[in-house]
Amino acid sequence: MTYTIQFINLLAAILLLIVFAMLSQRRILSLINLFAWQGLVLSVSTFVVAYSTAQSHLYYSAALTLLLKVLVLPWLLHRLIRKLNVRWDVETLINIPTTMLVGIALVIFAFNLAAPISQLSEGITRGLIGIALASVLLSLLMMLTRRKAISQVVGFLAMENGLFFAATSATHGMPLVVELGIALDVLVATFIFGIFFFQIRETFDSLDITHMEKLKDD
Amino acid sequence: MIDLQLTALLLAPLLGGLLLAAFGSRSWAAELNSLMSFCTFAAAVVLTMRVVEAGPQVAFNEQFFIDQLNVFLVALTAFIAFTTSLFSRPYMRIEQDHGRLSTPMLHLYYSMYQLFTLSMLVALTTNNMGIIWVAMEAATLTTVLLVSLYRTPASLEAAWKYFILCGVGIALALFGTILLYFAAERVLGQGGTALLWTHLNEVKGELEPTVLKLAFIFLLVGYGTKIGLVPLHSWLPDAHAEGPTPVSAVLSGLLLNVALCAVMRSKVLVDGSLGTHFAGNLMMGFGLLSVVVAALFLSRQKDIKRMFAYSSIEHMGLITFAFGMGGPVATFAALLHMTMHSLTKSAIFFAVGHAVQKAGTQQMENIRGMLQISPTVGWGLMLGTFAILGMPPFGVFASEFLIITTAMHDYPWTTPILLIAVGIAFAAIFGKVQPIVFGETTARRLPHPPALLPVFAHLLLVLILGLYMPPYLANWYRQAAALLG
Repeated sequence: MTYTIQFINLLAAILLLIVFAMLSQRRILSLINLFAWQGLVLSVSTFVVAYSTAQSHLYYSAALTLLLKVLVLPWLLHRLIRKLNVRWDVETLINIPTTMLVGIALVIFAFNLAAPISQLSEGITRGLIGIALASVLLSLLMMLTRRKAISQVVGFLAMENGLFFAATSATHGMPLVVELGIALDVLVATFIFGIFFFQIRETFDSLDITHMEKLKDD
Repeated sequence: MIDLQLTALLLAPLLGGLLLAAFGSRSWAAELNSLMSFCTFAAAVVLTMRVVEAGPQVAFNEQFFIDQLNVFLVALTAFIAFTTSLFSRPYMRIEQDHGRLSTPMLHLYYSMYQLFTLSMLVALTTNNMGIIWVAMEAATLTTVLLVSLYRTPASLEAAWKYFILCGVGIALALFGTILLYFAAERVLGQGGTALLWTHLNEVKGELEPTVLKLAFIFLLVGYGTKIGLVPLHSWLPDAHAEGPTPVSAVLSGLLLNVALCAVMRSKVLVDGSLGTHFAGNLMMGFGLLSVVVAALFLSRQKDIKRMFAYSSIEHMGLITFAFGMGGPVATFAALLHMTMHSLTKSAIFFAVGHAVQKAGTQQMENIRGMLQISPTVGWGLMLGTFAILGMPPFGVFASEFLIITTAMHDYPWTTPILLIAVGIAFAAIFGKVQPIVFGETTARRLPHPPALLPVFAHLLLVLILGLYMPPYLANWYRQAAALLG
């Protein structure tokens, strides 16, 4: 039991590390690969929780995560960037050190916010809510700092990963019907994002969302 | 048992979505859309009668739960979805004749319209807090491609903003739901029942207050993005202004209510757990801020649909504020205001839609003299504006009056803020709509006669409810208000 707790904590730390890596990654291709790795970590941690708490429905969740977040979604994204011909695009990010510092502040904030909850939970889940919340907030930060539509979408999906981690590791999984619903929504959302990429490119000749800041109140 | 009625209610839009996905490009797709919406409405009426007769019920292994609160929203949603489908029939044909929409786009519109209705009805009737989330996200997914239906740069930008902001918002709501489940499984045990609202409601006193407090903040911020509460509102005016008008009407009249209903369900649990006015205070704060900010932005608007979108933010703020005050009178008033706002605002969007088609622009300075070319559109717009501004004898006056008098009694310091905001909104909207209706015309005739029956049907309902509230309806609102505490 103690080993599995250690292992899940290790996976949680890796998860957080990957989010930080995504925050500073400028190449779109590497960003998608990082997202796939994050999915893999998520799937393994779900599997470990399933094993240690002997909950059979979590095995389905782990398998679903592996299928959706490690295989289907990265494949879809790879296909998209190949079709859109932005495979080798590099984003100009301003001020990675500042972003990192803001990120660290967000992690501290998340841990503080989750502290009263962590005290309630027993054994296996201690501290995991904080990490999950931190990765959700970091993904949010990534969506805010990015200027390319695809990186924003990867941020969106990474945020979903953080939430899924909270659901499986901290609470031993939501009811299966809810998890299936969430998975379906994420899949449909990715398809719609894909449609959008083409529409945006057709209209603006680029996937830079800086072109899309015209609607203002004045 | 209500299994049969509920199945009919959910099956009609599902079937409609599938049929229209197959036949959406035929010439009779608009009629099919109206027909399926009518079936949904008929099922909603039967369900409502059944629930009013027999009281709250669960169905399908407790996965669905109908009580006085949500059945009233189901009836309202199905009714406005039906009237909007009637309006959209000539409206979309005119858009097609003007060359703004092609047949494949209409095909997409019709099938998504039905699926959007379905997702809202699921969000309203489900007993599972997790499924509410899934259905709310589905409601975004079905409407986001409708917002960008015109494929103009502005509409794409609006849709992208809508998608990203609501996606982020709804993700925060999911975190709130996870926290709720985290608290619930300690009391109810793991598995399916720990997210069922009826079960949670029974044990709400035992749920861990610290967790629920945090959960409610996330749920309010998350679903609040959908409601359009300031400062999370910036998607709303863009999406309303750039999308097709029937979509603006259902977004404003229906989706905002459904999101608010999800917040209210959560509030009941949090209040039971905390025993304080924490959730109410938060809602009052967000509500008041929305009313004030929206009122200030109203006078700066140049686009007519944008202006009425800000008016929606103002009214949703007022409703959220009233729910936040709590107590039987304020909750009653909030429910009444929800009904009135939905009916009036969708009627206004119908009239605005045709006015814009006649003038060929959404810029208010170029829309003039509606009364000359089409008295019905002009009067529809004028009366709708009177109604939404809270002029007696329309129903909005009654509900706004109730909200403000309750505020005067319970939270006197909020009264001047509310009154000033309502006054500013009045001056802004009235000053802009008046020259649109009267004055020298710039408008042209339309190839199809506009559908104005829905406009006047809605306004007539608002007028009747403002003059006379039937006792059974008042009783019904009172029961729903009692459920919310």
